[in-house]
Amino acid sequence: MNVYADLPLLQQGIHTLAALVLVSSFALLAQSRVVATIQVFAWQGFLLAAITALVAWETDLEHLYISAALTLVLKAFFIPWLLIRQARKLGILREFDTIIRPGITLMVAVSLVIFSYNVVLPIQQFSQSVTRDAIAISLALVLISMLMLITRRKAITQVVAFMSLENGLFFAAVSATQGMPMVVELGVAFDVLIAAVIFGIFFFHIRDSIDSLDVGLLSRLAETDE
Amino acid sequence: MNVIDWVLIIPVVGALSLALIPNARLGAWLNIFISATGLAVSIWLALTVLGNGAITSDLFYVDAFNVYLVVLTLLVGMTTAIFSRPYMAHELDIRKLTPLRLRLYHSSFQGFMFTMLLALTTNNLGVLWIALEGATLATVLLVSLYRTRESIEAAWKYFILCGVGIAQALFGTVLLYFAASRVVPDPDQALQWTVLYEYAGQLEPVIVALAFVFLLVGYGTKIGLVPLHNWLPDAHSEGPTPMSAVLSGLLLNVALYAVVRIKMIVDAALAGGDPHNPQLAGYLMMAFGLLSFIVAGLFLHRQRDIKRLYSYSSIEHMGLMTFAFGVGGPLATFGALLHMTVHSLTKSAIFMTVGHASQIAGTQQIDRIRGIILTQPVVGWGLLIGTVAIAGFPPFGVFTSEFLLLTATMKSWPWLTIPLLMGLAVAFAGLFRHLHPMVFGKPPEGQLPIAVNPLPLLLHLGLVLWLGLSIPRFLAEWFDEATRLISGSSLL
Repeated sequence: MNVYADLPLLQQGIHTLAALVLVSSFALLAQSRVVATIQVFAWQGFLLAAITALVAWETDLEHLYISAALTLVLKAFFIPWLLIRQARKLGILREFDTIIRPGITLMVAVSLVIFSYNVVLPIQQFSQSVTRDAIAISLALVLISMLMLITRRKAITQVVAFMSLENGLFFAAVSATQGMPMVVELGVAFDVLIAAVIFGIFFFHIRDSIDSLDVGLLSRLAETDE
Repeated sequence: MNVIDWVLIIPVVGALSLALIPNARLGAWLNIFISATGLAVSIWLALTVLGNGAITSDLFYVDAFNVYLVVLTLLVGMTTAIFSRPYMAHELDIRKLTPLRLRLYHSSFQGFMFTMLLALTTNNLGVLWIALEGATLATVLLVSLYRTRESIEAAWKYFILCGVGIAQALFGTVLLYFAASRVVPDPDQALQWTVLYEYAGQLEPVIVALAFVFLLVGYGTKIGLVPLHNWLPDAHSEGPTPMSAVLSGLLLNVALYAVVRIKMIVDAALAGGDPHNPQLAGYLMMAFGLLSFIVAGLFLHRQRDIKRLYSYSSIEHMGLMTFAFGVGGPLATFGALLHMTVHSLTKSAIFMTVGHASQIAGTQQIDRIRGIILTQPVVGWGLLIGTVAIAGFPPFGVFTSEFLLLTATMKSWPWLTIPLLMGLAVAFAGLFRHLHPMVFGKPPEGQLPIAVNPLPLLLHLGLVLWLGLSIPRFLAEWFDEATRLISGSSLL
């Protein structure tokens, strides 16, 4: 298929950036150092802001510039800064998180991407359009973030996974639908902000109760025998 | 300002002022006062809707379906506030809590009420999502209020699972918006219920079906559908009891409300039949609902913690309601609406007595709660009668609604009445094998009664009894109007 080469330059740019976002989610999955994970997450936020700005330019929708700026501030700077600050306070910035079976995890991630493309295949109406790819990539981002969430043990990297899940949703909103109505976007950003702050409070509660941020140790409430 | 604004402003003002008042005992009274004011305003809202029909604006949409949930939400909110005053005072006395945390509790309680009311009254699917995520954020610090290792674990699980779950719902919302923005002239309105209903027939069925799967999984996490329910028993058992009462009585209802509204759109969009089964949404809800109903009934048998026991009972009943809405048709829908009401009244009453019973015994371990009737008859009888009601015995309202649901199932899916009846029996056995020694057993020496306010308990159980004996005319018409909105034809 030479669909890609036929696209206008701006759309090619959006597509390339979208591919980079997908790459960044693989990088998040495989990165075990806490500080590097947060940095990759910041880059992902930056890429998303760039995509949003490009889409805004392409479609001439002013409110998308606002959400691009919001994403840049919130996802590329504020949340990473908050996480790094807290990791430093907790003394785990340079530590490594254990990843369960990294090889298999990456293979699963690859199959998730294929699965996502398969899911969107029946959307006949847009079979020629690029939005179908956008939905597939965002679905893949969401699923890979969920995979990251279950393969991590540290509370802080789980939060990064949670936030990158939010990134996937945001990507879906921007690339497939040129952004949600403004009131919804602002509300979602507000929720993310509050969530980041509450997560910050939680790190300290968890450390105070189990002397570690390894949430694998939190396992008393399982529905098992004795 | 119109009446809906007041319904929403009151809890916001309440949350802010309760955050600022340092005196915890004064805060408890104020919490009751704010909740009662909210209830009064909601009744005013209900009368307005009853008199003038649905209220529609860009921001809000209130019809017969959600207005009764608004009143129910504020009623349970008020009675829970009344219950929580002596309950939390006792927790303060035995030094499980500090006044500062009690302040957090009161403020978050009103914050939670606000998110519930916003989710119910909004006209915008996106705002609904924001409100339900806000409900998680408002309650997560309450689940870990006692700061024990277990409560931190429960709160973390609650936060992550509900956050991830509800993220799926946002993805579904984006997909639905994607489908709607192609057909709705003004994309800014494409997420409004009223606009979506109007254009539902033109939405691309493939995308809508995909969106519904994500929305059901997302909001299903909040409803507590198996296998997405893991957060629910933990959050109920480790948080303070008033929290469990409102989570079970309100949050689960509101999440179910969201799913039912979305089902109405999806049904209209898939009505063409090609390439998807027009009843896809109903089938999915029936499957999830039945699975939750049966699995939760079995899990009742192996619980050791009294609050976990009743939270599994909530999963069971939510499963039953999801199943009933999935079956569709006027009879099942009417039954499910009635069941939403009586379940939330009964379950919050049960959690109140459970809270007092575990304060009397000093533990939530079922093995160590004994002879509550002998120690304090109000609490013991309350627990017994509440459990009898929730298990579906006549003459209580739960019996009426379950009877309607069974009749509806018998009509459209005769074979499925067998698992339903078996599930009811299993759940009954699961509840009573634990309940019997707790209320009738021999109390340990030195077990003393505590300060309780029996008013909320009597009010709830009285209402449930009343609904079981005779549904007042205006309420029946109200349910009927909601049934007509949801299922297309009315019952009465």
